[in-house]
Amino acid sequence: MNRMIEPLDPPTATAAGKPAKARGTYVRPVDFKHGRVDMTHGSGGRAMAQLIEELFARAFANEWLAQGNDNAAFDVPAGRLVMATDSHVVSPLEFPGGDIGCLAVHGTINDVAMAGAQPLYLSAGFILEEGYELAALKRIVESMAAAARDAGVPIVTGDTKVVEQGKGDGVFITTTGIGIVPPGVNISGDRARPGDAILVSGTLGDHGVAIMSLRENLTFETTIRSDTAALHGLVAAMVAAVPDIHCLRDPTRGGLATTLNEIARQSQVGMLLREAAIPVRSEVAAACEFLGLDPLYVANEGKLVAICAPQDAERLLAAMRAHPLGAEAAIIGSVQDDAHAFVQMDTSFGGRRVVDWLTGEQLPRIC
Amino acid sequence: MKYIDEFRDGEVAARIAARIRAEAQPSRSYNLMEFCGGHTHAIARYGIAGLLPDNVRMIHGPGCPVCVLPIGRIDNAIALALEHRAIVCTYADTMRVPASGGLSLMKAKARGGDIRMIYSAADALAIAQANPGRDVVFFAIGFETTTPPTAIVIRRAQALGLTNFSVFCNHVLTPAAITHILESPEVRDLGVVPLDGFIGPAHVSTVIGSQPYEYFAEEYQRPVVIAGFEPLDVMQAILMLVRQLNTGRAEVENEFTRAVTRDGNPKAKALVAEVFELRRSFEWRGLGEVPYSALRIREGWAAFDAERRYDITTRTVADNKACECGAILRGVKHPVDCKLFGTVCTPENPMGSCMVSSEGACAAHYSYGRFKDIAVRAA
Repeated sequence: MNRMIEPLDPPTATAAGKPAKARGTYVRPVDFKHGRVDMTHGSGGRAMAQLIEELFARAFANEWLAQGNDNAAFDVPAGRLVMATDSHVVSPLEFPGGDIGCLAVHGTINDVAMAGAQPLYLSAGFILEEGYELAALKRIVESMAAAARDAGVPIVTGDTKVVEQGKGDGVFITTTGIGIVPPGVNISGDRARPGDAILVSGTLGDHGVAIMSLRENLTFETTIRSDTAALHGLVAAMVAAVPDIHCLRDPTRGGLATTLNEIARQSQVGMLLREAAIPVRSEVAAACEFLGLDPLYVANEGKLVAICAPQDAERLLAAMRAHPLGAEAAIIGSVQDDAHAFVQMDTSFGGRRVVDWLTGEQLPRIC
Repeated sequence: MKYIDEFRDGEVAARIAARIRAEAQPSRSYNLMEFCGGHTHAIARYGIAGLLPDNVRMIHGPGCPVCVLPIGRIDNAIALALEHRAIVCTYADTMRVPASGGLSLMKAKARGGDIRMIYSAADALAIAQANPGRDVVFFAIGFETTTPPTAIVIRRAQALGLTNFSVFCNHVLTPAAITHILESPEVRDLGVVPLDGFIGPAHVSTVIGSQPYEYFAEEYQRPVVIAGFEPLDVMQAILMLVRQLNTGRAEVENEFTRAVTRDGNPKAKALVAEVFELRRSFEWRGLGEVPYSALRIREGWAAFDAERRYDITTRTVADNKACECGAILRGVKHPVDCKLFGTVCTPENPMGSCMVSSEGACAAHYSYGRFKDIAVRAA
């Protein structure tokens, strides 16, 4: 999105020194109704500048983009900066409850927020496939703009490239975000300690099941919608209630099981979960049942896992439940002393088993 | 979930577990083989082994279709994709089974083979219809449960006049495998493998019925209880086996009465008989050649038989020397007895077939049960 608002057709001066009439400056607007992405949209020429101006700059409108530079310059408050990046290749691009646009905003905001940080700015890189409908691209960009606006985190710089038909899949979006951590907050995956409580912010598996319900060879009807959401507001409320949260992470690909195994390995601790305490919607449980999946391994895009000292657990839970995105939060288990870093679970059935790392690929291109 | 939660009720499980503990005689042991991978998975996923007394021991049988598929047959499927350039359609677990030359279907896909993961045989047929210019081969695997759907797609392909669709048939038969285990020297002559009774297949039995197991119970004097795949089904079946053994009975009992009858599903059996016939012998990974243990496509349907169409011959390929899958599938060894288990052989990098599918004995133990091998201190 370089030189986003550079004039497309600067008025040429006439011999008499008077400005030319509008004739030379008219540019036919981009056809967002029937048009498609073509190679010129990534060429660096006028077509690209026009697409950027009429679509991206207009949707994301903010003072940094308006400067029209290849970069965004801004002041940051003093403190510890956090930076995160996330690429999005979800298929299909639009799904119940969201699309790749809002997902790209939420995904990176959440990665920044999981450090306990307040996200400040985002960048966005687009890889478009030749032939993709401009109407669909417009929907996605507008959804992205709305998500950024709702989150209060502007998209201040970006880039657009086009690849030939067959070399991409419509749209891929990479977003990067920076944020600032309040003083005294130190949240990291290596801080889980034996005895700590493990909490989740709500029901698990909604995003993955919403995506799966649309896959070509799986299509089934469901009322489940993706839970895609920006979690920094919830995190701010949690940090306000319990500044010493030990770990925060959003269980995206690989689901809760993978996230807990990552933290267990980073912190060199074990974990013991209670299956009965883990919130899963009955529709999600049913879909997983007939697809042969385990909801603990299914992706989420608007949930987080929190680990804190046992004496802080109830206060943290209350703060989570008081926030709309944490209304169904629950304490699901505790951290154990275990050099093998196993995550285990007491099943509702009465047995105990390991909740292992995800093996292979449960479902490709979920986010 | 209605009709499912009822079969996963923890309170009922605790009551059955208490009965098993009360009735299992401390002076003897109960070595029970669950033939099916579905049961293996349920036992692991719900932690059933932890609810049983120490002298009631579950042995994982060979009823995991991916696990018993010989390497040579996977090599054949890879050749169909890489050499014949056919679209090969396969169930997900099959993708990761290690084949010769460090390949697997997954790796062959990365090398440019058009290999597609499907959920049902009907998907393969749809792919053939959508790609009339390409040869499409359905890599058919599985026991009696998945055989009727394969028969249906072959009939359907003929009705549609499809000329680009064929089936690489690897369907195998449960009763032949059970006989093979009971006839193995370790069980029959040497008696080094105690095998006191069987939990009989769930879905397979909905097709073939309970009648085929009557021979084992009678001939080998081993009780068989056919059970569903829900954890309470398994618990109840274990209790029924303990009771049979306590009273010296060796009968076929049916715990899964909500789905299994003595005669099975006559329509499905007729379909299978119409399209398939017995092979004289078939290689099982881990068990070797097992007589009359698999099906092939009948002459009348030869146009849809990938083996005839591509003139497929299968080489026997030996497993890694240290791999104990064969002994594990026969119940002779436990996963932890294998030197490769959890070291070079893990679900991420399986060496043997038992580590591939979540229904495989090694993968189930690795993913759900290996914490029991190492004591874990509570906080």
